Amino acid sequence: MISRRDFFTAAAAAALLSNSGVGGLAALAKAQKLTQESLLRFDPLGTVTLLHFSDLHAQLMPIYFREPSTNFGVGADRGLPPHLTEQAFLDYFKITTGTAEAYALSAEDFVALARTYGRMGGMDRMATLVKAIRATRGEGNVLLLDGGDATQGSWSSLQTKGEDMVRAVSQLGIDAMTGHWEFTYGAARVMEIVKNAPFAFLAQNVRTIDWQEPVFAGRKIFEKGGSKIAVIGQALPMTPIANPRWMIPNWEFGIREESMQKQVNDARAEGADVVVVLSHNGFDVDRKMAGRVKGIDVLLTAHTHDAMPAPVKVGNTLLIASGSHCKFLSRLDLEVKDKKVTGYRYALIPVFADAITPDPEMAKLVDEVRKPFVGELNRHIGDADTLLFRRGNFDGTLDDMICQAMIAERDVEIALSPGFRWGASLLPGDPITFESIANATAITYPNCYRQTMTGTQIKGMLEDVADNIFNPDPYFQSGGDTVRTGGLRYEIDISQPVGSRITNMTHLKTGNPIEASKGYTVSGWASVKQGTEGPPIWEVVEKHVKRLGAVRIEPTNAVKVTGT
Amino acid sequence: MAIKTKPRLRVPSSAKKGELIEIKTLIAHDMESGFRKDKTGKSIPRDIINTFTAAFNGKTFFEAHWYPAISANPYQSFYYRASTSGELLFTWKDDDGSVQTAKASITVA
Amino acid sequence: MRSNELVPSRRDMLKLTGVAAFAAALAPHLALATEETVAAELKKLFGGKKMGTGKLKLDVPQIAENGNVVPLNVDVTSPMTAKDYVKAVHVFADGNPWPQVVTYNFTPESGRAAASIRMRLQKTQNVIAVAEMSNGDFYSAKSQVKVTIGGCGG
Repeated sequence: MISRRDFFTAAAAAALLSNSGVGGLAALAKAQKLTQESLLRFDPLGTVTLLHFSDLHAQLMPIYFREPSTNFGVGADRGLPPHLTEQAFLDYFKITTGTAEAYALSAEDFVALARTYGRMGGMDRMATLVKAIRATRGEGNVLLLDGGDATQGSWSSLQTKGEDMVRAVSQLGIDAMTGHWEFTYGAARVMEIVKNAPFAFLAQNVRTIDWQEPVFAGRKIFEKGGSKIAVIGQALPMTPIANPRWMIPNWEFGIREESMQKQVNDARAEGADVVVVLSHNGFDVDRKMAGRVKGIDVLLTAHTHDAMPAPVKVGNTLLIASGSHCKFLSRLDLEVKDKKVTGYRYALIPVFADAITPDPEMAKLVDEVRKPFVGELNRHIGDADTLLFRRGNFDGTLDDMICQAMIAERDVEIALSPGFRWGASLLPGDPITFESIANATAITYPNCYRQTMTGTQIKGMLEDVADNIFNPDPYFQSGGDTVRTGGLRYEIDISQPVGSRITNMTHLKTGNPIEASKGYTVSGWASVKQGTEGPPIWEVVEKHVKRLGAVRIEPTNAVKVTGT
Repeated sequence: MAIKTKPRLRVPSSAKKGELIEIKTLIAHDMESGFRKDKTGKSIPRDIINTFTAAFNGKTFFEAHWYPAISANPYQSFYYRASTSGELLFTWKDDDGSVQTAKASITVA
Repeated sequence: MRSNELVPSRRDMLKLTGVAAFAAALAPHLALATEETVAAELKKLFGGKKMGTGKLKLDVPQIAENGNVVPLNVDVTSPMTAKDYVKAVHVFADGNPWPQVVTYNFTPESGRAAASIRMRLQKTQNVIAVAEMSNGDFYSAKSQVKVTIGGCGG
């Protein structure tokens, strides 16, 4: 149920910020010059255009997605972009508060601005942008690259093992893709996709465990705009740690810096004028790698879902961060002379759904792939009374909802929910449909377990996951955010080493400290252990939301953070 | 466990004189460490392959002593400098005394 | 056939494995060891030797993808001639219940004193390698491998 007060506040704020009164989206878009034409405006440079998106997470339809308000960097990355949020982010990139750009890129005034500027993304809108750029730039000058995680994150992608998205990105005409969540469909399915795809699946860092042989092609050379462009793929190095390795039992990943250097050198030896790495390392890992592997011209980053309106330069390497959920398309024009990149021009194009005319062919395909599931997707379960979002290092209201569902429906003291960075946001007043729940939970290992854990075990888990995010050496970071907790309050000093970050764990219900040797009932989901038992998490959440009807969740502040 | 399965090898069939060749071997074996317990809490006795050797025309040139830390289905790769044509013989010795061997021929031009 | 001349005597092999046998004899003391006791035992085993660094490359991942299958690669720089070669490389893991991992014996015929294998690591710990050269020199290398429970990536 929508709360009337919330609605008024939001509407008033939107009106205030846009200076245009409550005149409907069209008027607002006009006032902000938010048109398809303005989004596509670009002064071309050179003869080569790279188009990049990543982490679509199977979002075929326009959605809301709130960027994080906590996204701490540690070690050498402390305080550097992308580890800036809200006003600090806007200041760094000189973005005016309240503008469309501010809405797309930050969490500042999210609800109000979302009501002004509307949903973002949509594969049909993305298709319109790609087609328009190809048309003006010339087909032969444009390379379209997918940084991975396109094929997971929705009900239809889960039910079709990513086939809906494979069809969508194939129709979009991507030239190459690398992977991460793709691997959670299992090795056989990945090989099937790779075999049938009209695009190249590139991952130089995956080897067979037995003979240490490459599983995928590491690179491919494309001729575009009169230049030879080598694209080297890098899958998420931590895939077998971050996700169930039993689904890919014969493959070994890792960063494989030396072999990356060899790929770059070999590509140059083969006559490449430009070397592009299509990476799913995560931004900080890429920033470190760019400083150590020599000769990369462009490093297209992914995994950590960062969206930045300007490239980061490390030596002569340009790092591009194209965001997630179909919210952005990156355009990078390159001027190439004498086998060298001599100039570049970049734009991170926000995909404002209301400003872009959907591409009819892609719209048709989206309809077609969603059709078998429309009944389930549209099932109305409840309503969001407050903003439900996921991103943030420690918690988000959407995850609070999931944790509360586990505590209530599985009758436990403590709930643990994975720190996934994907999952669309819901505005106050939005219906919670089965699709909304699936957009935050659709994975191939969804079982919601119930077990007893000691205080020591719970702390050990929090410590382990925290170290995967806050280890000062990026090569130890696996991306994602920390495990979300329900029923628990704790303090974290992110500057400490593993084992010493988490203190003062308190059981919220009783107010008592969590005791090391005492057993607590715990429910969680997305366990990487094979054979985890329990109902799929979407069933648990659906049951709970149905019971509540209206979901009202204020930020809990259950995690006190220091050492930032 | 007595070694039953046939080992798998990756050995170049030919090489130039003096060329360094990489030899890769794999054998199926649980490599029961002796540190695991069964469901009733009883220790599962140790049973591992403890020695691997590689010989060329009868002369051993590489030997590996494996301890319980070696993973199940042990993989071992190593090098050999090709001198003459001949036969490579690989031997795996189990704690229980059983032995498995595999052979590969190499032609040196 | 020339090959007949190359048949080794059993005695040759035993000579080759002398240090390995020595290390194996120590193993029971190392069972259920800690980082400190392993360091102490290694000091006893190699304590009198001058331990160099640099020639021995120990290649293990910083993070284990699977604690049951951790790649371990050693590679020692040496001409591998009859006069100057690597006799053995010993590898230890100081957080395992049985810290000895593997001992390799090389010969000049090996051509390159390098070998790869997979090991089990029970928890985050140090992997220590010691190379024994034909001239009596020793080299060592140490590297920590993190073993994590994982999950939550995305």
